[in-house]
Order: sequence, then structure tokens, then C-alpha cells
Amino acid sequence: MVSYYTPSLLVERGGNMLKMQSLIKHISTRFVPLLFIVCSIIGLLASGLSVHFVANEVLNRFIRNGVMILALIIPIKAGMGINFSVTVGAMCAQAAFISVVAMDINRFKGISVLVIALLMSSVAGYIIGLVLNQVKGKEMITTIIIGFLANSVYQLVFLVCVGGLFAVPNRDILLSRGIGIRNLIDLVDFRGVLENLLAVDIAGVHVSVFMIGLVLMVGFILHYFIETPFGQEIRCVGMDAEKSNKVGINSEGIRIKVMMLSTVLATLGHLIYLQNIGMLNVYTGHLKHEVFASAALLAGGATIKEAHIKHAFTGLILFHTLFIVSPQAGQELFNNPALGEYFRSFIAYGTIAFALIMNLKENDINT
Amino acid sequence: MNIVVYLKQFKEPQWIIGLFLIILVWIAGLLDMSLTTLFNESLIKLAMNGVLVLSLLPMLNGGMGLNFGLSVGITSGLVGMCIGINMGLSGLVGFLGCIIFAIGVACIIGTVYGKLIIQLKGREEIGGTFIGLSFIPIMNFFWTLVPFSNRQMLYPIGGKGTRPRIGLRPYFAGVLDQLWVVEISGIKLPLGLFLFCGLLATIIICILKSRYGRGLIAIGENEQFAEASGVDIEKLKIRAVIFSTVIAAIGICVYVQSYGFLELYDAPLTMVYPAVSALLIGGATNKRGFVFQVVIGTYLLQSIYLLSVPIANQLLLPEISEIIRSIIANGIILYALIIGGKRWKHA
Repeated sequence: MVSYYTPSLLVERGGNMLKMQSLIKHISTRFVPLLFIVCSIIGLLASGLSVHFVANEVLNRFIRNGVMILALIIPIKAGMGINFSVTVGAMCAQAAFISVVAMDINRFKGISVLVIALLMSSVAGYIIGLVLNQVKGKEMITTIIIGFLANSVYQLVFLVCVGGLFAVPNRDILLSRGIGIRNLIDLVDFRGVLENLLAVDIAGVHVSVFMIGLVLMVGFILHYFIETPFGQEIRCVGMDAEKSNKVGINSEGIRIKVMMLSTVLATLGHLIYLQNIGMLNVYTGHLKHEVFASAALLAGGATIKEAHIKHAFTGLILFHTLFIVSPQAGQELFNNPALGEYFRSFIAYGTIAFALIMNLKENDINT
Repeated sequence: MNIVVYLKQFKEPQWIIGLFLIILVWIAGLLDMSLTTLFNESLIKLAMNGVLVLSLLPMLNGGMGLNFGLSVGITSGLVGMCIGINMGLSGLVGFLGCIIFAIGVACIIGTVYGKLIIQLKGREEIGGTFIGLSFIPIMNFFWTLVPFSNRQMLYPIGGKGTRPRIGLRPYFAGVLDQLWVVEISGIKLPLGLFLFCGLLATIIICILKSRYGRGLIAIGENEQFAEASGVDIEKLKIRAVIFSTVIAAIGICVYVQSYGFLELYDAPLTMVYPAVSALLIGGATNKRGFVFQVVIGTYLLQSIYLLSVPIANQLLLPEISEIIRSIIANGIILYALIIGGKRWKHA
């Protein structure tokens, strides 16, 4: 089977050129995490926030965003780059919550949300996979546009069609004019249902053992999933789709399955996120998740060609630490919290731009 | 190119958009809206957005795809204008002075942007998107900290940091729109505006037909072949990016004088996708684009934008026009990506 050639292998082959390459590769894969660690420490010192507070917040965000980041890994393994259409998965999760609340379902609420969300996200993932098979080599920009388009369709459905084209039993969630859903839906029945299972306090930090275990377990399942025959096929398609077609792997079918899996995972991630928050911002709740998730993954040292579970988990912690401290640091250093906010969005977008530029440079060296 | 030959190249999206526009005009007629007023406005909208769409051409023809980092050019134009307004420039001469500042700023920022873009061989579109997105927060730092002294540009309270929205009435709002307006039976032709945009279009055509432009198009068609025949690819590509950025900076100046307000901070991001989809509606492919495609595409898209607002207000909900706009803009881009992919597969 295909094996990744490791830097040590390159050194064994000898030659200064190859040593240089491995050195560059070492630095470029470690550079982003190192930068994040340095920035986080400076931010933490400047902001004057207590370590307790930051640890609490980071753990909370680890639970909220963990599965969403894991959803990005499989498309990268399949050579499709970062899947920015995880927003579609998030929209499916929100649509499931809205439909359960709107239909006044009283029994088995949680199960029905899960079933509706999974059904919708597998259909959405299938469609995204079909589209991406038409645009080989330009998957990333296409997923961005798909995300925008899906957002518009989502707005059309919930702002115009609900109440306008079809009536819903629960009229409390409609706007006063009778058409369209309100901006905010209270998910009081779902708030923290999973959080409070097995929750313990360790030195003042609230730790929800069950949720952290769940996120870690999804990570481990994915890790072993890659080693199964199906996972190997995915990696094979990621290396060279043409050649894997020749050895009898249906690469287009694999790519569709990969997108379905990614969208379903994103939906699960957003379900966890929403039950943690307990509030549903109908029109803005799903936005920007793709940017933060991919920036966090890249902050952990992943590239657009290579990503592992460990990158996702380290990236989560690094990125969110910086994210929590930067507004307060901006307030303390420049007396202006808006600057910290700008720094935050620069970090999110800049990390992705940097990873794109660096990765292609690396390719140049390899070929 | 002959107009009949061009019409034959029309694909489904052009026909659908054209049909949609005709239906909208028909509905507007039924609702007793003044069609001459709408036509006058559509002409201004064409010139207002046309220059921004034109700015995509040099990069598209140089094989760098659609410039999704258009916000870089737009923001550098805004910086140039702000410098001009801070000095109190007004009237037509002041507007031209602002354009000169904008060109200067765009040359500097465009060089940096070009150096980044040439690193992204084959992935300029996604890379440009994120360079554009991360440029906005950097410039937000600039807008907050820049030491401008004109009180009308700064926040009324505190007097630090520029406002998100600066009114241009005391400076040069509508100077080009109201220059040499000829009225023929109710239809107002803003000749000054058209001449200015036509001049820019002519400059682009001339540059693309020059020795430099032919080299650029050769790169767009086959990069290896162009390199083998002795074209300095990196130099030409960086120049194309600078050229694109400069035209985008001039484009935002034209847009802003017509709109009457200078919008800073995150506003440039909202202009990128409509501009890209206007070019694609005109029939440009991922490899080649022409000036007449810009004119036709911009006119179709902007007329739909213009008509959809009053119609949606009268017939449906006000929100629906905004949603349909973005469905059209993003749907066209997705369609063009899929079609471009199919061509690539058959080749």
C-alpha cells in the first residue's frame, strides 16, 4: 500500500538538497503552531485574564467545536482540500432543530432532531459530492460558493416560505407578520442535556467528562477508520485519482462518500454546539464556522494536503486560547477592544491564506 | 467580434438571465413604474459597477482566474480617496486628484498582492479569496488608527478613527454623473460618465492588444509554452495584478462618486461576488474575457438588481430581493465553475 515518505527517509537517501527540503518541511509544519503558542502566551500575559477562566473557556470551546474540525480531515485525506461547505452541515442541524420546534413534536425530541439532521445532511453531502466531481482541482473555491448558495436558499426557506407557502403548527416561532421564523429560538429543552452527564469540577474548572470523551472518541474512531480498507481507498484517491481508477477504485464514488461523511460529521458537530449554547440564532448561527474550524485545524500544523487527528486537537486548543485572550489583550494594550476583534479575524483568515501559499511552495520543492 | 457570432455563444445562464430581466421589465410595466426613470438609473448603474468588473480582465486573461481578492483593489482605492478627502479636495478636479492618490496607493499594495498571487500557481482563486479576506482586518486596523484630521471623516464622539460611512455631498458626489448630461425625450445620457468609463475600457483594450498584452494572453493560454518562448512569466503576472488593482481602485472611485457615500471597514467584501458573476454572465470563461462581455454582463446583472427591489417591495416581502440577488450571483459563479470543469475534463 502507499506509504507517506517521512523526513527521516529523505535524510537517509542522502544529499544536501534533500536535507534542505526536510529542514524546510520541518520548519514550515511547525512554524504555525509555534507562532500560535507565542502569540497566545503574549496575549494571556497582556490580557491579565486568569488561567482558570481561560481553561474553562477553552474546554468549553473544545467540546463545542471539536467534531466540526474533525469533519474537515477526511476531505483533506481524499485530496479535496479544505471542505468549506461544512456550513451546509451546520444549516442541516439548525433546520432539524427548527423543524422539531415548529412541528410541536413532544415525544422523543432529541431522537427526532438527530434523525432529521442526519437524513438532511446525507442528502446534502451527496449533492455536494456530485458537484465536486465536476470541478476537480477547484474543490475549495467551489465549496465556498456552495456554502454561500446554500445560505441563500436556507434564508429563502425560513424567511419567506415558512408561513408564506406552508403553515406550521407552532405559531409562536413566527415573526409577528406571520411569515418567516424569528431571529432567535430558545432551545430550553435541549440546553446542556449532554453536558451535565458525568460533570466534575477539577480545581475550579468545570469538566464535562462525557462530552470530552465523546469528542475524543469521534477522533479515535476517525483515526482507526483511516486504517480500514475503505480509509485506505480514500487515501489512495487522495494521492492520485487517475491511478486509483486504474487499480479498480471508483474514485468518484469514494469522493461522494467522503463528502457525505464530512457533512454528517459537521452536522453532528453543530448539534453538539447548539445543545451546548441552548439558543439558536436562526439566520447567523451557522456563519463563519467553516473559517474558524479550518483556521484551527491549520493552526495545529495541518496543511491542505495532510491532516491528522492530533493536528485537529492541538489546533483547537491553540486557536481558541488565542481567540479568547485577544479582545481583552486589545483592550489592555491599545485601550480599544475593536482592535483585538480585528486581530481575531485577521488570525482566522490569515492562517488559511498563509497555509495555501506555503503549501504550494512546498509542492514546488517536491516536484 | 461580430455581434451575431457573440449571440451564438450565449449559453443557458445568459438566456435565463435575459428572460428573467424581460419578465421583470414586463412586471414593472404592469405595476405602472416609470420605465424611462428605471432605464436612466440602469445606465448609471452600468457605468458605476462597470469599471469594477473591468478590473477583473487583466488577471483573467493572464491565466490567474477570477480575481476573488478584488477587495484588495477596492480598499486601496478607498485609502487613496480618504487621503484626498482629508486634504479637502472637491469638485471634478478634486475627484481626479483623488483618483491619482488611489492609483498611487494601488500600485504599492498591488505589488505586494502580485508577489503573493504568483506563489499560488493554479490556485489563485482560492488564495485570492483568503488574501482579500485577511486584508480587510488589516485595513480595519488602519481605519481605526489612521491620524486623519478632517472632522467629517472621524467618529463624532471621541474624534478618533474614521466613520464607517462618510457622506460625499460636500466633496464630489455625482460629479461624473452630472457632467455633460444630454437629454433625449426623457432619457438622460450621462456622457461625462460614459466617456470616462469608455476611456478606461479603451486603455484596457489597447494594453491587451500591445506587445505586453499578447505576452500575458500567451501565459493564460499555455504557461509552459510561453515560458519556453522566452516570456518572463513572473514579471508579466505581477504587472497584470498591479494593473487589475489600479483599475479596481479607479472603479471604486467611480462607484463612490455615484453612490454618494464612502463605505469603509467590511463594505468592500460585499462587492466582490456581484462583480465576478457579472463578468461570468457576460459569457467570460475561466480563461478569457473581453470588454464587451463586461458591458453586457454588468448591464444584465445590475438591471436585475435595480428592478428587483421595487418589484419585491410591491409584490412580495422586501427581504426576498436581497436573497434572490445573492442566489443569482452565487448560482452563476457555481455554474461557471462546473462548466469550466467539464471543459477541462474533455480537453
